[in-house]
Amino acid sequence: MKKVRLATVWLDGCSGCHMSLLDIDEAIVAIAKRVDVVYGPLVDAQEFPKAVDVTLIEGAVSSQDDLEKVHTIRRWSKLVVALGDCAVTGNVPAMRNSHPARKMLERIYVEGAQATKGVPVDGVPALLRQAVPVHEVIKVDLYIPGCPPTPAAIAYALGELVEGRMPELASKVKFG
Amino acid sequence: MPENISIRIDGEYVPAQDGQTILEVARAGNKYIPTLCWLAGISSVGACRLCIVEVSGVGRLLPACTTPVQDGMSVTTNSEKLTQYRRIAIEFLFSERNHRCAVCVSNNHCELQSMAQRLGVTSVRYPYAYPKLAVDLSHPRFVLDHNRCILCTRCVRVCTEVEGAHVWDVSSRGIRSMIVCDMNRPWAQSSSCTNCGKCVQVCPTGALAEKGFAVDEMVKQDRNVSRLTARRGGHS
Ligand code: SF4
Ligand code: SF4
Ligand code: SF4
Ligand code: FES
Repeated sequence: MKKVRLATVWLDGCSGCHMSLLDIDEAIVAIAKRVDVVYGPLVDAQEFPKAVDVTLIEGAVSSQDDLEKVHTIRRWSKLVVALGDCAVTGNVPAMRNSHPARKMLERIYVEGAQATKGVPVDGVPALLRQAVPVHEVIKVDLYIPGCPPTPAAIAYALGELVEGRMPELASKVKFG
Repeated sequence: MPENISIRIDGEYVPAQDGQTILEVARAGNKYIPTLCWLAGISSVGACRLCIVEVSGVGRLLPACTTPVQDGMSVTTNSEKLTQYRRIAIEFLFSERNHRCAVCVSNNHCELQSMAQRLGVTSVRYPYAYPKLAVDLSHPRFVLDHNRCILCTRCVRVCTEVEGAHVWDVSSRGIRSMIVCDMNRPWAQSSSCTNCGKCVQVCPTGALAEKGFAVDEMVKQDRNVSRLTARRGGHS
């Protein structure tokens, strides 16, 4: 049987959703047999591949780099899944949104700094004005809220997706 | 004695009395209608629109908690259309303030959160407003966090109708509406608050909470308030 090409992406999140993904117990064995993980923090690929069946996105869209990534993801993925509250609602990364990004950076890297004071600019992507949920930037096909989503919800959703079915998550999942 | 009448809810005849609301009749007949701003024991205001129902012959949806029954009325409590509008109401509440369930005192004990789940809301289709809002930490025992307030006015009503103190009110209109203490001063400076805590216990979200509770820990006791009013013979 043809394997499902699966990508996972880690944007502005804490990696807790990826942890929950690895925490699905023996369900992972059955799912691993049905998928090729073609991109993500768990594999080596540098570039986002050109043909992906399902992409799971953890984290809010928070920086210029995140923004470019989600557009690339949408372009090459058949199905985009927002995994976890940061991707679905903005959640904790969006707590900065009521204040200007510049003020927040200065508060942390200038006022709050002990030794080297200064907002880092080299080698780090610029922050967007606000950290926003993925669907405010690109079309999202499925939402799995939760902080993190429960392993049961992830296992069920992946189990359906590898069979080519759309999971019905309404009332099985919650925010928080 | 109020007159006995009969109405139909989802096709079934249920006994009712003149003067009752659709919600009261439905509850007495064990028919579930979702509610959020309504609370047993205090007056109904129709603020959240979760309890909307279809009444045949009426073109618009009506809130069950404030609509009085009429003889021969036929009410539908559940339909695709109603679920759609109820979801929209919930999504607006989320988009208007700053809700982060994962780091909220009321996580897993919140009526907004559980209603979203019950109605199958898995995302919010409207852009979030991210308003910059204050948190009143002045009171020695309680906190008011406007970020999590859904303007249900349960606090206003319980403080006025049950405690008799009338500390809370709603200032401004529309999206600028805000719960205010006395004539808009910090809670600790209220001259009318008796520190009874009733507002905290009836608040359906994490907007009013007791100090000293961490994420997940704030469990409300709104039934105590309803029980108290039942004993006094107030609204049921
Ligand atoms: S008040 Fe309820 S919905 Fe809002 S953040 Fe807290 S738990 Fe979530
Ligand atoms: S603690 Fe009691 S008196 Fe004070 S505001 Fe709340 S309900 Fe009113
Ligand atoms: S503070 Fe709580 S009880 Fe008062 S209006 Fe806001 S959500 Fe309702
Ligand atoms: S419960 Fe009826 S409008 Fe809120």
